[in-house]
Amino acid sequence: MTGIVHDSVDSLAALIPDGSKIVVPADYTGIAMELTRAMVRRGVRDLYMVCLPVTGLQGDMLIGAGAVKTIETSAVTLGEFGGAPRFQAAIGDGSLKIKDATCPAIHAGIQAGQKGIPYMPLRGMIGSDVLANRDDWKVAQNPFSDEEDPIVLLPAIRPDFAIIHAKKADRHGNVYIGIRREVMALAGASRQTLVTVEEIVDGNLLRDDATAAGTLPALYVGGVAEAKQGAWPLAFWDEYPADEAHMTAYVAAARSAEGFQSYLDQFVTGGTRAAAAE
Amino acid sequence: MQVNVLGSRANNLMTNGGVELFDWAAQGRLDAFFLGGGQIDGQANINLVGIGDYPQAKIRWPGSFGSAYLYYLVPRVILFREEHTRRVFVEKVDFISTPGTSDPEVYRTGGPYAMVSPICQMGFDKDRRKFHLVSVHPGHTVEEVLDNTGFEIDVPEHVPETILPDRATLDIIRQQISLEIAECYPRFAAKVFPEAMNAA
Repeated sequence: MTGIVHDSVDSLAALIPDGSKIVVPADYTGIAMELTRAMVRRGVRDLYMVCLPVTGLQGDMLIGAGAVKTIETSAVTLGEFGGAPRFQAAIGDGSLKIKDATCPAIHAGIQAGQKGIPYMPLRGMIGSDVLANRDDWKVAQNPFSDEEDPIVLLPAIRPDFAIIHAKKADRHGNVYIGIRREVMALAGASRQTLVTVEEIVDGNLLRDDATAAGTLPALYVGGVAEAKQGAWPLAFWDEYPADEAHMTAYVAAARSAEGFQSYLDQFVTGGTRAAAAE
Repeated sequence: MQVNVLGSRANNLMTNGGVELFDWAAQGRLDAFFLGGGQIDGQANINLVGIGDYPQAKIRWPGSFGSAYLYYLVPRVILFREEHTRRVFVEKVDFISTPGTSDPEVYRTGGPYAMVSPICQMGFDKDRRKFHLVSVHPGHTVEEVLDNTGFEIDVPEHVPETILPDRATLDIIRQQISLEIAECYPRFAAKVFPEAMNAA
């Protein structure tokens, strides 16, 4: 296979057409923020964004930039840095369609997608307004029970792209994910996975048991690009912590549409990370 | 006691991400769970979504997280909120992220067990679908609880003062658990346990 390793993150972003269905993981799995900025630079529109099972800065930035038409998530929050301002604004003015979920329901939908089956049953949810507002979810009788036993059925989720950041990849496109095995479900459910990594390494990660067990095989990968500090300003695994000063500045800027726009001008579309460091 | 923190490297027994936590609940491996709410009503319904009409809420909160599942499957769910006011403890929530009780045909091994606020502790009777006052924290009164609670609760004739945690329990929380939490929630730990964080 040739061409799986891209020279730039912007070249990866160019693979994502307008209207794509994407899935992104929770922050602890590894968020491709540099690729997210590249998506904003490319001006991607009308995304259907699935969050496994929640999102934070990544979702807020894409929503603020007008890239997201529909979001399916169990929460949008900047965690210790507070609420997600552009998400809240987009809900308030009705410009974002939201499909509120609960975390294990999104996991179940992704697992159904991974297995290539039409749906997955899951306990809970009955009697909630989460379920009441989801016309794509169904309640059915457990066919194995003689007694009345309603259970929720979640349709399979099959995104076009899973988008993650990981520690390293080899030149074959194998990606080291370590203990973040939830990536296997994301990748299995998605048609292809786009990955940024801290470094591209020599050799083959599948050749050694020590790395192979924690490797996403290239089979699932649609493209890889190196992005050092690619999760910045978010924390990444145990490699680096969140940039607290930057996160605080983002929250302050994103309170208004104008502030968010000048943030994008400075850190995403206009300036560079080098400029940000000055 | 050990704290298991989702997303932690040092304090995490899970090797399959967040989905494993939910599987633990369905397997019956979780005994207790703490759940907060933007609004909590008299039937122990929880709202984590927002205030006003859905979906275009006037005030939008992050979302329901795993509540619409864990509340059904963890035997002892302990509700908590740092603010005890009528805007939090309402007659009826604007959005049911997860209901306090379910009809008998719905599979449910878990649910509300207690609720803790800065001024009192309540219990919940699943059959009557109603909270009752268990104890009032030192320095607070039954009247204060009733004045600041927007739903009706049962109040026994004698309401005891809340028994405070003993020295040994406080030491575990302040010296051990504080540090285990700080790995993933440094700002929270610095706010709640400033001495422990300075000492570390």
